[in-house]
Amino acid sequence: MGLQIIKPNTTIDFIGIKKIAFILSALLILAGLGSLIIKGGPKYGIDFAGGMIVQVKIEKDTDVNMVKDALKGVELPGLVVQTFGLEGDHEYLIRTSSSNISSEEVRNRVNNAFQANLDGASYDIQRLEMVGPKVGADLRSKALEALFYAVLLIAVYISGRFEQRWTVAGFMAAALGAGVYGIGLLGLDMGWLIIAALAITVGLCWYLKLNYALGAVTALIHDVTITIGIFSILGKEFDLTIIAALLTIIGYSLNDTIIVFDRIRENSNARKNTNSFADVINLSVNQTLSRTIMTSLTTLMVVFCLFVLGGSVIHDFALALLIGIGVGTYSSIFVASPILLGFGPSDFAKQDEVEA
Amino acid sequence: MQSLRFRAIAALIVLILGLVYMLPSVPGVQDSALGKILPGDAINLGLDLKGGIHLTLGVDMDTAMDNNLARLGDDLKATAREGDVFILRPTVLSESQIEVTLLKGDQKDAFDTIIKNSSPFAIESSTPLGDSKLKYVLSISPQYRSNIEKLTMEQAIKTIRNRIDQFGVAEPDIRRQQDNRIQVQLPGLQDPERAIKIIGQTALLEFKMVDDTADIEKAKKGILAPGRELSTILHKLPNGKYSETSIVLKKDSVLTGEYVTDAKVSMDQWNKPFVSITFNARGGAIFTNLTSENVNKRMAIVLDGKVYSAPVIQERISGGRASITGQFTQEEARDLAVVLRAGSLPAPVQILEQRTVGPSLGQESIDNGIMSAVIGMVAVLAFMLIYYGFAGMVADLVLCINIMLIMSGLALFGATLTLPGIAGIILTIGMAVDANVIIFERIREELRRGLSSTQAIIEGYDRATLTILDANLTTVIAAIILYQFGTGPIRGFAVTLILGIVTSMFTAIFVSRILFDLYTKSRSANAKLSI
Repeated sequence: MGLQIIKPNTTIDFIGIKKIAFILSALLILAGLGSLIIKGGPKYGIDFAGGMIVQVKIEKDTDVNMVKDALKGVELPGLVVQTFGLEGDHEYLIRTSSSNISSEEVRNRVNNAFQANLDGASYDIQRLEMVGPKVGADLRSKALEALFYAVLLIAVYISGRFEQRWTVAGFMAAALGAGVYGIGLLGLDMGWLIIAALAITVGLCWYLKLNYALGAVTALIHDVTITIGIFSILGKEFDLTIIAALLTIIGYSLNDTIIVFDRIRENSNARKNTNSFADVINLSVNQTLSRTIMTSLTTLMVVFCLFVLGGSVIHDFALALLIGIGVGTYSSIFVASPILLGFGPSDFAKQDEVEA
Repeated sequence: MQSLRFRAIAALIVLILGLVYMLPSVPGVQDSALGKILPGDAINLGLDLKGGIHLTLGVDMDTAMDNNLARLGDDLKATAREGDVFILRPTVLSESQIEVTLLKGDQKDAFDTIIKNSSPFAIESSTPLGDSKLKYVLSISPQYRSNIEKLTMEQAIKTIRNRIDQFGVAEPDIRRQQDNRIQVQLPGLQDPERAIKIIGQTALLEFKMVDDTADIEKAKKGILAPGRELSTILHKLPNGKYSETSIVLKKDSVLTGEYVTDAKVSMDQWNKPFVSITFNARGGAIFTNLTSENVNKRMAIVLDGKVYSAPVIQERISGGRASITGQFTQEEARDLAVVLRAGSLPAPVQILEQRTVGPSLGQESIDNGIMSAVIGMVAVLAFMLIYYGFAGMVADLVLCINIMLIMSGLALFGATLTLPGIAGIILTIGMAVDANVIIFERIREELRRGLSSTQAIIEGYDRATLTILDANLTTVIAAIILYQFGTGPIRGFAVTLILGIVTSMFTAIFVSRILFDLYTKSRSANAKLSI
């Protein structure tokens, strides 16, 4: 037999320390939300906000202030210079909020300023992107739509798959559809629409006692919220690749949660003694702990390589994955399972009736 | 054991197919002798990887509609005239309505019949004006309108494609998107600004007669005879700047660029470039007539509302050729010839989104992406080997097969590999490892319960399979939604993720099982399993 990180028959009382876990989660979520409120919402990259970015690489030891100085005379609305990628790469993003100026003009202005003020250092305009305001708004609502439908379908799938309650799941989907349509009539922004839809989803799961779905959905909302929060605290921008990362996190978080849930279901079906549901959950989490840690470790290993070596363009994407996968692993153990318990005991007897 | 043989053969077939489709993407293989017998599809690299331009163009459909309605109105006027019914020049009211005035009220029935039989219009209202004139409001149906929109988009795409083809970009990708948008991808292009200029130019070529009798000073104050317009000729100065002279033109264009069949750059006797254009038969006939009727008058050559030159017609020009002079540089003349040859856009286009990735960044991205993927993989492979022993070796082997299958899948389906796509592959490595880990941990548990290796493998696979299916299905759901709602790079990510999940389930559940079965078959039932 090979190596083992977690010894067989490990019995950590995960349920017993759920209060500490909940407080920790609450703190992380509140810190993130606080940061979002203070900063007035997420910081959108040009994908969502519109505008133009120019990415330059300078073949000389420079810092961001030198680049800022070099660009001092350039008239571009909302001009922002920031470092990009890893330190020592001397890569910078020059951003303007305007998308009306032609890309040629922006290129010329940057070129002129650099030629005049960079002491002849060679540089390379590596990337120039312009997103018009309308496209930006479209991309934003589409991305949010994707997040929303992902969560909805997953909730329905879990309810059907784990509790054999496809009818109830279908009812939930219909109710949610109606609810979202109703709120949609109010003409709210897509962001609020999604928050409302998620609230309805969680509410419906709770009301319909779709416990597995409730646990999984809460866990993934937890993971995404914390990732967004940390991104906001770090002052990172949200663009299309970050949305891709968030959806990956959703996928990963669920993957992780479902494997634990699968074991809980198996153990509760097979239980012969009169173990409490809390014991069944503890047992299941312990049994799958080895796998949970192994998988997270290998995935994090790969993502970490991406983060360090993947280059500037993919840097933030990898960062989001690192945070999300870390939090996702934690949440399947400390968030999803306790929530399952929170609604479990009263339901435990009923489950037998359903199966009988 | 019979079934094991079949499974092994099935897996081998998939493996060979995978290899066949993957190999062309390996650098150098396509040019070798082997490359000739293999399928020619290599993996497409996205623009973020090889550099190039991504553009989203918005077609100004309002203007296109107005132009179309004006033309339909002119057609109606011409048709009416053939039936000796006279109407005043129609004016466009909105995106689906025009207004025309019928000069003689007693021709109402005849005009109504003409509208009914030979025009796309329906009569909304007709109100009598004085002098027995009748004012008509005509409209087109929503279906006809959407048909015009469709044709406009098709023509715009065709025109843009023609222009790009002449520009000489390898593998351009031009496709229609929702909301009257066109996506253009030009991989590997070096000079984005020039490409944007060529693509975006409407290139509406018109010939208009110059009204030399008009008073330029009055015209500048806005006093113009009906049917005249004030315009400017640009003169290029030696320093590259332009000076402008005012000129009064007759509004109606006597000939347009739609009759142009060819345009090319020629040199005059002072070795200065000019653009010579050739008309088709009909255009040539019109041009011959025009020139013979207007000898000693000036004719302006107008492109997108700008007068390029206004030469005096010296004599009747037959043979269907004309030339545009305008003190061009060689490059300007060539670009002008390109847009004239490719035809004009049916409506102005606007650049809504532009992403230009320089080739150097592209190369750097590929290098970094591949390097980080390889290092990440090696780390995982080593870790699995150390942690699981023989089973780790099986996992490593199927992981390599998995990646090969993803590569061949990408080539087979003609998918485009983007940077997020590489990320998708890397994530798939994680998922594939996960599937193996779930199985191995399960087998370990069964071994601890005291089962024999063979039994533990059977139990382990059976129990783990369902869990893996459940877990991966939810990820597939997320990925499908990503594909559905995502754009560009996100789609690339979704495609590799879906592909990766399918191949990782196949390799982790099916192929690795075969390897385990072969292993246990070759050894006694009581032998200890290295896991």
